Amino acid sequence: MRDVSIIGIGQMPVGEHWDLSIRHIAHHAIDAALKEAGTEQVGALFVGNMLSGNLLQQEHLATLIADFSGLRNVEAAKIEAACASGASALRIGYMAVASGMHEVVVVCGVEKMTDTSGGSTTAGLATAADAEYEAAHGVTFVGLNALIMQRYMYEFDAPMDGFAGFSINAHRNGARNVNAMFQKPISLDTYLNAPMIATPINIMDSSPICDGAAAVVLAASEQEGAYVTGHHPGAVRILASSSANDTIALHDRKDPLFLEAAYVSSQKAYLQGGVTPADIDFFEVHDAFTIMTALSLEATGYARRGEGWHLAADDAIGPDGRIPISTLGGLKSRGHPVGATGIYQVAEAVQQLRGEAGQGQIADAAIGMTQNIGGSGATIVTHILGG
Amino acid sequence: MSIASLWRTRQQRYSLQGEICPDCSRAIFPPRDVCPYCSEAAGPLHTMSGRGEVYSYTKMFNVPDGFLAQRPYTVALVKLEEGPMVTAQLTDISDEDVEIGMPVEMVTRKLREEGDSGEIVYGYKFRPLLAAAD
Repeated sequence: MRDVSIIGIGQMPVGEHWDLSIRHIAHHAIDAALKEAGTEQVGALFVGNMLSGNLLQQEHLATLIADFSGLRNVEAAKIEAACASGASALRIGYMAVASGMHEVVVVCGVEKMTDTSGGSTTAGLATAADAEYEAAHGVTFVGLNALIMQRYMYEFDAPMDGFAGFSINAHRNGARNVNAMFQKPISLDTYLNAPMIATPINIMDSSPICDGAAAVVLAASEQEGAYVTGHHPGAVRILASSSANDTIALHDRKDPLFLEAAYVSSQKAYLQGGVTPADIDFFEVHDAFTIMTALSLEATGYARRGEGWHLAADDAIGPDGRIPISTLGGLKSRGHPVGATGIYQVAEAVQQLRGEAGQGQIADAAIGMTQNIGGSGATIVTHILGG
Repeated sequence: MSIASLWRTRQQRYSLQGEICPDCSRAIFPPRDVCPYCSEAAGPLHTMSGRGEVYSYTKMFNVPDGFLAQRPYTVALVKLEEGPMVTAQLTDISDEDVEIGMPVEMVTRKLREEGDSGEIVYGYKFRPLLAAAD
């Protein structure tokens, strides 16, 4: 198996792009990534996307995007794993290059969520749950996370404002990212006065509905020199890639307050990368909801069970903290265009490792981890990247 | 959900019909081909009592299409006394009275309507357990 490097990244600013279609935003990201990589010799395009069929009546998405981007006669396929579609597509691309099946692969995560009304987008997102036994009862994705958070607060005596620090950190960092949807800090008051979506989750616990596209170009590390032509400042290696799943329905989990799939996928990644949690300089968590951040930190080895929220209260997660998270805004502030999120996380990690994160730069960042979660914890994909 | 899917799941929605695993004797809801606890073939059918307790709950203000008329409503994770957990709405109770651990029982109620001429979907919800008459 060959080592795999990321030789180019591209990102569309996250937002409400009513003037652009899914093909335009995907092409924007792919074009930028290929220009950085300095190659047009693409063997395959893998697209991470969750909702194009549901919201846009557009399937066969990867070929549509390849066609529009001028990538003819390449292999093209869409990968779907709910909100973990992006990182799942990256993992397919990683396997394709690592195995020697392809030399250069483009992976694009893309989602268009604002063409439709809030009610149909919310219903679309709920298709990541068990349609017959969860969504049929009117529960949304926010609702499922709210069920976890309510029980978590009950079992571990976490106060209502115990999660505020996650949101405040994300917005502070997102204010330093030109691609973020919300580029402004928030105060504790803003958090405490935010309207409820599903108790106890308020708007400031929750990531926004938005449009976005991000892309990365992969090549064998042994070949990375052939592509590093001065167009970009250097390749970043994928030190580990792993994925694990759990029951699709929250109500079927052995323990609804523990992300077993995050535990398994991060342990596999630590093993492959030859690193421990202490070696990681920053961690792009899947902070779709503040409770997910707490559970991720617990399952990946940064906090004991029931104590993940302490890291927010102690600001151990800030740029100078013990484990900086959501360093360029995370899902909360950069935005969560669901199928694109996993690729934004990786593109931002590449920015950090190249020293190109601007005002959001983490000092001496050498190893970064990204974790992309599908459903209420049912598919969890972890990547570890290094310089 | 399609008409065919609603028809297939009627015994589950109307009577909480699940299974008891013949190998490990644990209760399963809804029925599966493979027991999630011991990985042996699941079976035979078993109807749950409908009694359980609230494991967690949320009052939902932002709801999907098809549920807008009922907004806001409370959804709970209910731990059935046989063991399985289910996701369902709570009914016949004010929001202030809901608490974790409270005993509840299954009732059949309207889940959603598909407009003026569409189907009306019925299924299980849970209400506070009524005290048995002496």
